[in-house]
Amino acid sequence: MDTYYKPEDLNKFPQIGKEAPELAAKFFDYYNAVFAEGELTGREKALIALAVAHAVQCPYCIDAYTQACLSKGSNTAEMTEAVHVAAAIRGGATLAHGIQMRNIAEKISL
Amino acid sequence: MENIDDNNAAKALQSPEPFDRMLIKNNLVLSREETTALQINTGFLCNLACRHCHLESGPHRGEIMTKETSRQIIAFAIQNHFASIDITGGAPELNPNIKDMIAGLSPLTPRLMLRTNLTALQGKDWDSFIDVCMEHRVVLIASFPSLNPAQTDAQRGEGIFQQAIASLKKLNSAGYGMEGSGLELDLAVNPTGAFLPDSQLRVEKRFHEILFNKWGINFNKLFTFNNAPLGRFRRWLQLSGNMETYLKKLELQFNPRTAENLMCRTMLSVDWQGYLYDCDFNLAAGYYLGGRKIHVTQMDCLPAYGSPIAVGDHCYACMAGAGFSCGGALADVN
Repeated sequence: MDTYYKPEDLNKFPQIGKEAPELAAKFFDYYNAVFAEGELTGREKALIALAVAHAVQCPYCIDAYTQACLSKGSNTAEMTEAVHVAAAIRGGATLAHGIQMRNIAEKISL
Repeated sequence: MENIDDNNAAKALQSPEPFDRMLIKNNLVLSREETTALQINTGFLCNLACRHCHLESGPHRGEIMTKETSRQIIAFAIQNHFASIDITGGAPELNPNIKDMIAGLSPLTPRLMLRTNLTALQGKDWDSFIDVCMEHRVVLIASFPSLNPAQTDAQRGEGIFQQAIASLKKLNSAGYGMEGSGLELDLAVNPTGAFLPDSQLRVEKRFHEILFNKWGINFNKLFTFNNAPLGRFRRWLQLSGNMETYLKKLELQFNPRTAENLMCRTMLSVDWQGYLYDCDFNLAAGYYLGGRKIHVTQMDCLPAYGSPIAVGDHCYACMAGAGFSCGGALADVN
């Protein structure tokens, strides 16, 4: 069955460097630096990344960061809460824009 | 997607390389050095049937070391000095001769260790076992895979997390893991699935904080292990469709820096019948020491320096990431 997403394509990510190797190199240097241990631990960053992956709905990132979170000692209870954080922020952002709707409606309504 | 680079990405698409070829590619030769450690497997009887067990130990296993074999091993340990002796299983506590074994071995080595799942014995049996361990200053290495009950129980069985916590508290009351007691209590952490552990230092720090803050539990050191693709774990990998990706994961994280301190270089492993191996994983795989079945009573001396070590694809587990030996990680990971 044909499908847009194939799990094995995750390993082809570095191919974004084809025809733009310097930009890819800059991206991957930055990416690896972002996920290094810092003020936040690698574990905390992996949980954040997992939450963001759900917010942007990237199946590759969800796969990669589910595995990363488990490797860094997290568990599905923590990871579920992280997904809910993403849902709450996305849902909240949607609702917050409802204020804009009301502003406009009130302006042009009698 | 951590530490992405072109090389690893290309390799990830190929089938795992046989371990012996990986050694050659990295100009590594695995051969024995001076033997300093003896690991004794008392048999495969265990009250648990942990899903990651490389030996498929469990309640229905009948392989139990006899008194005679344990005497032969003690005699061997008298003839040859070992800096450490490590008693493992199955559940060593369930061997009927375990107390005599501890008493016989403790004068022969400065470091006698015993690996416990914290649940094999209950009540008075557990109390009297701890008394023997205390008397002989046995170093206890306790399996404790996760701070999360669901993960622990998924690996070891329902309710095991709470039993383990209760046992750790009891060990602390007896002095194990407490500062100044001289009674060492270490934790062994295996991942609860087809993935590698985090840095041993970070895991140890986290376990210290959370075990103390949540349950008032102390311990000395923590060792992270990788799950070897053998036994029950191997079957689970195959049935769950994780086999190839897990082997690949191990291969991609092959770390040549771990080669120097691999346990097979300095350890002699003896099984419940008294036959010899380079390590417990070779025991599980059936790879005898020197490629032939040698009984401990047939060994006039320790294996020669430079003699070859049998290897198989399961050896990737010991050399992946930080690698590991019976004493935990072999190298740092970022």
